[in-house]
Amino acid sequence: MKILTHNMLTSNIIKSVKDGYPLKIAATEVQEVDVDFNPEFIQRLLAKLNWSVICEAITQLDATKDIELPENLTDEVKEDEDMLRKIHHVLLEVEVIEGKLICPETGREFPINKGIPNMLLNDEEV
Amino acid sequence: MLHTMETQFGDIDGRRVADIGCGSGRLSIGSAMLGAGYVLGIDIDEDALDICYNNLTDLEISTVDMLRMDALALPPSLCKCFDTVVMNPPFGTKHNKGIDMKFLRAGLELSTTAVYSLHKTSTREHILKVCNDWGVKAQVVAELRYDIPATYKHHKKRSVDIEVDFYRFEPANK
Ligand SMILES: C[S@@+](CC[C@H](N)C(=O)[O-])C[C@H]1O[C@@H](n2cnc3c(N)ncnc32)[C@H](O)[C@@H]1O
Repeated sequence: MKILTHNMLTSNIIKSVKDGYPLKIAATEVQEVDVDFNPEFIQRLLAKLNWSVICEAITQLDATKDIELPENLTDEVKEDEDMLRKIHHVLLEVEVIEGKLICPETGREFPINKGIPNMLLNDEEV
Repeated sequence: MLHTMETQFGDIDGRRVADIGCGSGRLSIGSAMLGAGYVLGIDIDEDALDICYNNLTDLEISTVDMLRMDALALPPSLCKCFDTVVMNPPFGTKHNKGIDMKFLRAGLELSTTAVYSLHKTSTREHILKVCNDWGVKAQVVAELRYDIPATYKHHKKRSVDIEVDFYRFEPANK
């Protein structure tokens, strides 16, 4: 699971959960992969992201906790190539392989195995 | 199929793509190879995802991420997060009639630009009418023949050839 994917996930598919966002990340194995850098793609992504959730997510992983990202996405940030490369790395190149996602409201855990979060619910939960 | 999406419509290269019911990942992998910036494959079936995972590892594809989730109960947070949605939905059978249309609905929720999907030619009139009601632009891009191996007991022949339409849909609220 990439941090970009985490940005789009909620647990409010569970009946009793209102927002369920952001999900907490508890990782036991993280891997870094190489993805071609495409600045225009990253710029377009930034328009759709919940940026504060990205900033919070990186503090939960050893692989990214020392990466410094700006608090606000200013126009300067969006034009700064070094910054876009950093953002590219965080969003697309860091993957949680084993671990779990945790619902902030109920504590319900969603396991991540082989990089794939299992978001399926039991019948009672929907 | 994927080549048409890219060369005729420019819907893959540099796009965010979701593959609903990704199965072994054929469409996800194809999209990644044609330059999609990010692909999210969603399937409900663990074995399918396992195969998909192995295929991605073998081919060293790093732009595809996967989720195990019910495509018919997607969280609203995924809405409009993708430019393009590709899918090869299960065809409705006796027991889950209309599942392909439920997939299509889910695809239209996720996408801002285009949804590509396959549906039986015999349902074309119905699909065009439903899309018209939804305010969705539907275009049959190609007609294909699809060979379904006889996996179901009630199939008498070894395999059946069915005619399938390959569609491009445009969600109503761009
Ligand atoms: C016809 S296969 C297509 C597989 C792949 N896209 C391909 O073209 O080879 C349909 C896929 O949809 C998946 N599927 C069926 N119902 C689903 C649901 N409710 N949510 C998510 N995936 C589902 C199945 O597990 C299967 O992998």
